[in-house]
Amino acid sequence: MTTINIEHTSRWFGNVVAVNDVTMTVGPGVTGLLGPNGAGKSTLINMMAGFLAPSTGTVTLDGEQIWRNESVYRQIGIVPERESMYDFLTGLDFVVANAELHGLGAKAARAALATVEMEYAQDRKIATYSKGMRQRVKMASALVHDPSVLLLDEPFNGMDPRQRMQLMDLLRRMGATGRTVLFSSHILEEVEQLASHIEVIVAGRHAASGDFRKIRRLMTDRPHRYLVRSSDDRALAAALIADPSTAGIEVDIAEGALRIQAVDFGRFTELLPRVAREHSIRLLAVSPSDESLESVFSYLVAA
Amino acid sequence: MYNPTVARLTYRALLGRRRAAILFVLPALLIVIAAAVRGFNGVDDQVASDVLGGFALATMVPLIGVIAGTGAIGPEIDDGSIVYLLSKPVKRSTIIFTKLIVAIAVTMAFSAIPTFIAGYILNGNGQQIAIAYTVAALVASIAYSALFLLLGTVSRHAVVIGLVYALVWETLFGSLVAGARTLSVQQWSLALAQKIGDGTTITSDVGLPLAVVLLVGVSVVATWYAGQKLRTLTLAGEE
Repeated sequence: MTTINIEHTSRWFGNVVAVNDVTMTVGPGVTGLLGPNGAGKSTLINMMAGFLAPSTGTVTLDGEQIWRNESVYRQIGIVPERESMYDFLTGLDFVVANAELHGLGAKAARAALATVEMEYAQDRKIATYSKGMRQRVKMASALVHDPSVLLLDEPFNGMDPRQRMQLMDLLRRMGATGRTVLFSSHILEEVEQLASHIEVIVAGRHAASGDFRKIRRLMTDRPHRYLVRSSDDRALAAALIADPSTAGIEVDIAEGALRIQAVDFGRFTELLPRVAREHSIRLLAVSPSDESLESVFSYLVAA
Repeated sequence: MYNPTVARLTYRALLGRRRAAILFVLPALLIVIAAAVRGFNGVDDQVASDVLGGFALATMVPLIGVIAGTGAIGPEIDDGSIVYLLSKPVKRSTIIFTKLIVAIAVTMAFSAIPTFIAGYILNGNGQQIAIAYTVAALVASIAYSALFLLLGTVSRHAVVIGLVYALVWETLFGSLVAGARTLSVQQWSLALAQKIGDGTTITSDVGLPLAVVLLVGVSVVATWYAGQKLRTLTLAGEE
């Protein structure tokens, strides 16, 4: 049972606040750190990995401070986001070197390479590897000492669907055996498929925490905006505003379209086609106008 | 203090890069020059001393020191692969010390050995000139490695700064401004060479006791500080 505790931790670079007063606990199982690009996920992971000092607050592993404490690496395995490795080595040489630095030997290295199914390419130079292969060798180097905590920064970036599934399987298995696995991602679906617990970070702040159903609901329950074109905009507007799922409608004359704000996502998606059919109005276009991930996240922050 | 795995990785990184070509080119050049001088000029102690002092010790040793010292750690910090060393239960001072040993070994191998060969070609070690400059190169290798290794941990422009120091400070200022010579690894190591040689063909501006104190002091302090820098090295994310 290994737990990472982050307490009232902030980190700034000059004038820029990358992480702003975050408090969270990462325990056994798979945790997804979700947030848009630039939200501070990497900064947070770097602090958990002991590569960055918190400006204020504490980051501890089972009560022990992580920053400037090399002994924590007996328990932590790290899969960095950056691609650069010792490209002039073969995969096997690289993992063996990582094992030796933990005081282990080639046996542990071979076992780790087998875990990530990279034995077939272990004698090739890393320089010749594809992105997915690099990712797996990085995994092997992080797993070589059988750590109880695994930190992965954007591990699925650049992976093809098959590799993604394999890695998800592996992380799931690690989580199931009681290890503390934390990975970051900016893709909700990825996190949803893998993590039993989700922490959402937006603009350096801890925006939400919980299981994926709770997060999913938070995300779908927010007000949605749609741009709708139809054969009779005003008649459609009149019919829609009568229903409580709609909070506001604007007739955009210049655009020749309706701007609709819906408050009950589920009900509105069912209401719109029904109303159109009942009034014999043809829907020409229905497009969500704020579906970008950033807007979803910024809603979460405000919530 | 010394970690063989860190050493192996450092050797392979140092000698596997394209930059390493300079490590072979400069000594080869020195030996070619020595052979040419001997061929055209015959044996002349003063000329031998001028070639070894002017090219080997003033230019080649610091340049090789820059390549080996900064190359032992700089590229790993630049591209972030140092993460794989830092995320291990290995003391940061062990990492620095090991890299220093590797940088010293490489600098010595590529500067002191060719200096000795060139000295032998030039005048067959007459007046102990070959030995004297070889010892100077060995000693300078230690100080340069420590200095440039530190530079590699504090600046992303370590190679440029190192080259400026090696070429402008040691070579240009050292020959123009007297005061600059007191703060010159080259002069410190020359003080040793002067002691070994006959004392007339090789001269240093710095007395031997001061030279030894400065050599040891600079090497120790630079290494200690590099270890401190590595302990608090922050790997900024890409955000």
